[in-house]
This record gives sequence, structure tokens and C-alpha cells, in this order.
Amino acid sequence: MHDDHPHSHDHRPDQDRPLSDHQLMEIAVRELLIEKRILTADDVRRAVEAMDARSPALGAQVVARAWTDPAFKARLLANGTAACEELGIAMGPTKLVVVESTPEVHNLIVCTLCSCYPRMLLGLPPDWYKSRAYRARAVREPRAVLSEFGTELADDVTVRVHDSTADMRYLVLPLRPPGTDGWSEERLAGLVTRDSMVGVSVPQAA
Amino acid sequence: MSPRFKPGDAVTVRRAYPPGHLRTPHFIRGKAGMVERLCGNFPNPEELAYGRNGLPALPLYRVRFVQRQVWPDYAGAPGDTVDIEIYEHWLEPAAGETSHA
Repeated sequence: MHDDHPHSHDHRPDQDRPLSDHQLMEIAVRELLIEKRILTADDVRRAVEAMDARSPALGAQVVARAWTDPAFKARLLANGTAACEELGIAMGPTKLVVVESTPEVHNLIVCTLCSCYPRMLLGLPPDWYKSRAYRARAVREPRAVLSEFGTELADDVTVRVHDSTADMRYLVLPLRPPGTDGWSEERLAGLVTRDSMVGVSVPQAA
Repeated sequence: MSPRFKPGDAVTVRRAYPPGHLRTPHFIRGKAGMVERLCGNFPNPEELAYGRNGLPALPLYRVRFVQRQVWPDYAGAPGDTVDIEIYEHWLEPAAGETSHA
């Protein structure tokens, strides 16, 4: 808290450090692509804008459909990419694997090597997902990590961690909460959070 | 390349530490698991990382490991697992399945 502010937020220090090698390389490649007329600056801006516009609402729409349409759910589990495209979601080159949580099995997603994430469905990953602590501990002690996210699992629930090390991207299909019989797809989608699709939490109806 | 393994096969991850860009996590090298599914064929990331085309594409598998076999002091339930994507050249048939030494 800063007393001289009427509102509270974290103050990040200005980034006055020199550019890193990778930042310099990105600028150099981008400027060359523009100079050689392969891309325009506006193409680059549009791509960033389109990626920033993606949000977990897309994933929530997929989950809510799977909860209400068993045939869609079967297709989603068999081929995640094709099923999302059915709903009009552009998946690009993403190969999506959807893992279903049940009363017996809880799924958790991590990328131990970097920060692979189903951006086409969830937008940009949260900072914690990219942290070394999450990446190391989600595989090593997933139940402790879940507990820190407020998710306590019974000992007889199996925890399946999925390490996104290569070409697949993962989405958790969470367990539909009890007490939601007869809910519309739209209302159900409102229960589905980003964290529940990564598997660090579970959707709740209350 | 036609895949060497099929779902359900017991496999061991090579215990190797070559230099370069690798997508096989250190913690899983030398561990035994079971093929969960074949994901398809994908260009070799160890080649792509250096500007080469990564061809021929390699079969990529999801391999399921039992957590207690990965981490001897694992605190969770005996059935807990970790699934990892591993390219075929990092996998060998599990010990006992073949006799080549």
C-alpha cells in the first residue's frame, strides 16, 4: 500500500534495464520482416491484438457444451482440436488434448520446460503458470500445490499431472458441479474459470 | 516413420544428457512408464531449434509414469501419475522386454 495513493495496486519498477539479447533479436527480425515487405507493422499489431482478445471465455464455452451435449463431449475427448473448430473457434496449428476430471480422477496441467499453454482457448497464461515454482512443484508435489490454490482432494482421488513438453496443448474438462441440473449452457459457462481449466481449482455452483 | 510403440507398451526413457535444445525433461530420464497414446508424427524439435527442418518427422507419444516411481519420496496417493510427451528416439522398450544389451 502506498499512502499517497487513493487506490491500492502493486507498483512495478520502471524497466530501465538494457534490452536483453532476445528482445534485441525480436526487434531486429520484426524490422527486417517489415523492411522486406513480408509483414507490415499493422499486421504485427493486429496479431498481438487478436491474441490479447482471446480469453478463458472461449474455453468455458467449450466446457459448458461438453457438460450439456454428451456426443460433443465424446468428440472433444477424441479430438479436441476438431471439436473446438466445430464451435467456430480458430485453433491454428494447436493440437488440443482434453482431459476429463471425474469424481475419481483430478487433472492438472503444467509445462515444466517453459510455459506452453492453450492460448487459443484461454488467452495468455497467468504469471504463476510461468513461474519456476509452479513448473517445478506441480509435478513434484501436485497435492501441495493444489492445496495452496484452495483445492483439497480426498486421498482416494487420483491426481494426473500432464506435462505439456512438446506439441500438444491441454485443457481440463472439469467435473460439472452438483446442483446445476437444468442450467442453460450460458449459465454453466459462467461457472467455468481459467483456473478450473488448468486444474488448480474446481468449478463451484454456490 | 511408422511408430515403434503402441498404447499400453512398457517403455523406458533414455538416460542421456546430450547438449542442445531438448524437450525431454531431466527428471524423467531413466524412468519407466507406459505409452498412453500416440500423438502423431512431428518434426524433431532438437533440429528445428537450430533452423533445420526437423524431418523426417518423429512419432510423439504421451507416456504415463507412476509418481511414486518418479519421486521415491512422493507424498501423494499410489495411483497418482504424470503424463509427459516424449519423442520416439528417447524411448526404449522397458528392460526385460528385449535382450539386446
